[in-house]
Amino acid sequence: MKLVRPDDRGRFGDYGGRFAPETLMPALDELERAFEKAWSDPAFVQRYHDLLTSYVGRPTPQHVAGRLSEQLGLTVILKREDLAHTGAHKINNAMGQGLLVGEMGKRRLIAETGAGQHGVATATAAAYFGLECAIYMGEKDIERQRLNVYRMRLLGAEVIPVTSGAGTLKDATNEAMREWVRSVEYTHYTIGSVVGPHPFPWIVREFQKVIGEESIVQLGGTLPDVVVACVGGGSNAAGMFYPYLDLDVELVGVEAGGLGIETGKHGASIGAGSPGVLHGSRTYMLQDADGQVIEAHSVSAGLDYPGVGPEHSYFADQGMARYESVTDAEALDAVDLLARTEGIIPAIESAHAIAWVARERASLAGKTVLVNLSGRGDKDVEQIAQIRGLL
Amino acid sequence: MSADRLRELFATVRDEGRTAFLPFMTAGLPDPQLSPSVFGAIEGADAFEVGIPYSDPLMDGPTIQAAGQMALKAGTTLDRGLGIAGGVAETTGKPVIIMTYANVIFQVGPERFAGKAADVGASAVIVADLPIDEAGPIQAAVEAVGLGMVLFVAPTTDERRVAQIVAANPVFVYGVAELGVTGERKESGGHAARLSERVRALSDVPLVMGVGISTPEQASDMRPLADGVIVGSALVRAVLDAPDTDTALRDLALISRRIADALR
Repeated sequence: MKLVRPDDRGRFGDYGGRFAPETLMPALDELERAFEKAWSDPAFVQRYHDLLTSYVGRPTPQHVAGRLSEQLGLTVILKREDLAHTGAHKINNAMGQGLLVGEMGKRRLIAETGAGQHGVATATAAAYFGLECAIYMGEKDIERQRLNVYRMRLLGAEVIPVTSGAGTLKDATNEAMREWVRSVEYTHYTIGSVVGPHPFPWIVREFQKVIGEESIVQLGGTLPDVVVACVGGGSNAAGMFYPYLDLDVELVGVEAGGLGIETGKHGASIGAGSPGVLHGSRTYMLQDADGQVIEAHSVSAGLDYPGVGPEHSYFADQGMARYESVTDAEALDAVDLLARTEGIIPAIESAHAIAWVARERASLAGKTVLVNLSGRGDKDVEQIAQIRGLL
Repeated sequence: MSADRLRELFATVRDEGRTAFLPFMTAGLPDPQLSPSVFGAIEGADAFEVGIPYSDPLMDGPTIQAAGQMALKAGTTLDRGLGIAGGVAETTGKPVIIMTYANVIFQVGPERFAGKAADVGASAVIVADLPIDEAGPIQAAVEAVGLGMVLFVAPTTDERRVAQIVAANPVFVYGVAELGVTGERKESGGHAARLSERVRALSDVPLVMGVGISTPEQASDMRPLADGVIVGSALVRAVLDAPDTDTALRDLALISRRIADALR
């Protein structure tokens, strides 16, 4: 059953909730009230959509990828979130939360970022709304996403390297949450995916569902057979899937298979994880027998996360969407495939969705497949060139 | 040992007009073999808070996070951590409170976790990322085996929540003395007095202050405000910073003795 909003405890079925230090609980209550009020206020919703149109560049285009379709023997439609301002769907949520913060009277945004797209989007929103901004980023991700680090700094944000753990998205999230505990009186934590304690998974999905809503309008009355999106925390997939849940369409989320599920070096939280509590909510996650979090691995900084949004956990258990994975190597091949057939260099995250379609082309033959191209690959070009030995 | 041991402790310290000293130490620091000596070196404790390390501790600052990582790397598991806690309870005869994070408990299941904690002789459980809204299943399991549940009140907690928290019958309320995560601070934000006033106005449930208390002076400042004081990072740092075990044990004894004396 499609849940318009989580229940009173912030649950999507067995998932979600609020597992956070007591210091944050009033801020979560305040955020829930503020969002509830704003989202039911037509004037706020109008301001949000006006911003998306005038500043973000929505609607993003949607088109049939002709040469790719021909090569794969099926019809591939691309939803071009890579063409949104700042280069990924993350801006939809960052502008929405930025607008909301104006209603709450806080003066500073903090955020976590992996691939940097959410960091850039948050820094952009902070500049637009005139707020202070600090972005937490794992040191490994700072290295592989240098371009986005420069962009954030140009936008006036402080980028704070996180050295704990594996120096990736999980550790940046821990540090941002700890910083929020310290400065909750004047700071809003702009969570970048459909993760975290309630109400974040709900808020982020609501700000991202514009992707699926637009897509349905752009299809003009026809429906694809399958809708595909990559899943790290899962915000682009949640935004794309949600409006399609009531329709006769198969939904497929593609997780990071890393070096292969069998190697243990991957980010497939649903495919190879189990339910637990991570970053404030109950959800599928990678953990050992003692409940210690296992580091994720992905060539893609944005998918290098050992958990997933609680609503995806609910979708998976209910059979409302299915979750597959592709390896690093398959994703990198898909970057080449899309670049050479369509003239589009996708983010490695988004290439995971393309890779699954390419791998499954035999079973998808003759079908129409809609892929959410969640972000552009400029940020990954240096990393890809290094992997390919071109730098 | 049960929650009654802690209740007796707080009744006694109130009678004696003093404030209890509840030192925190990470189980398995620097490694599980040395852990009993580390706990044994702490002087003047009225009860011990034993931290079962967790990989992603949202409520802890860098010191306790580093301690947890070191303990995990040295092979500290839940069972070994609980074994260490049991050893502390047995050798000292003092109440032991187990501190950990929700996922550690959910992974084994609240009932099994509570059973294990009771078996080793613990008195109570603190879960750093478990607000009252989600505490139900764990609190029920813990209380079913005679242990006490500890619930937090923070400077940001509003009156409605304070009332709800004290009404839930915690064995004591953990008052978060400073905004932020655990760790040492030079300056106090001055939240503790107001927090104490607000809890005391609604209930006589024992109130123990923690977070940001690391010096004898800071501990002493809490005497009029609380039934007990938790000091963690300052003790943990003594172990982390020491060049060798003997120095760690000597520093730990010195620091804990000074804090205990400041509370008498």
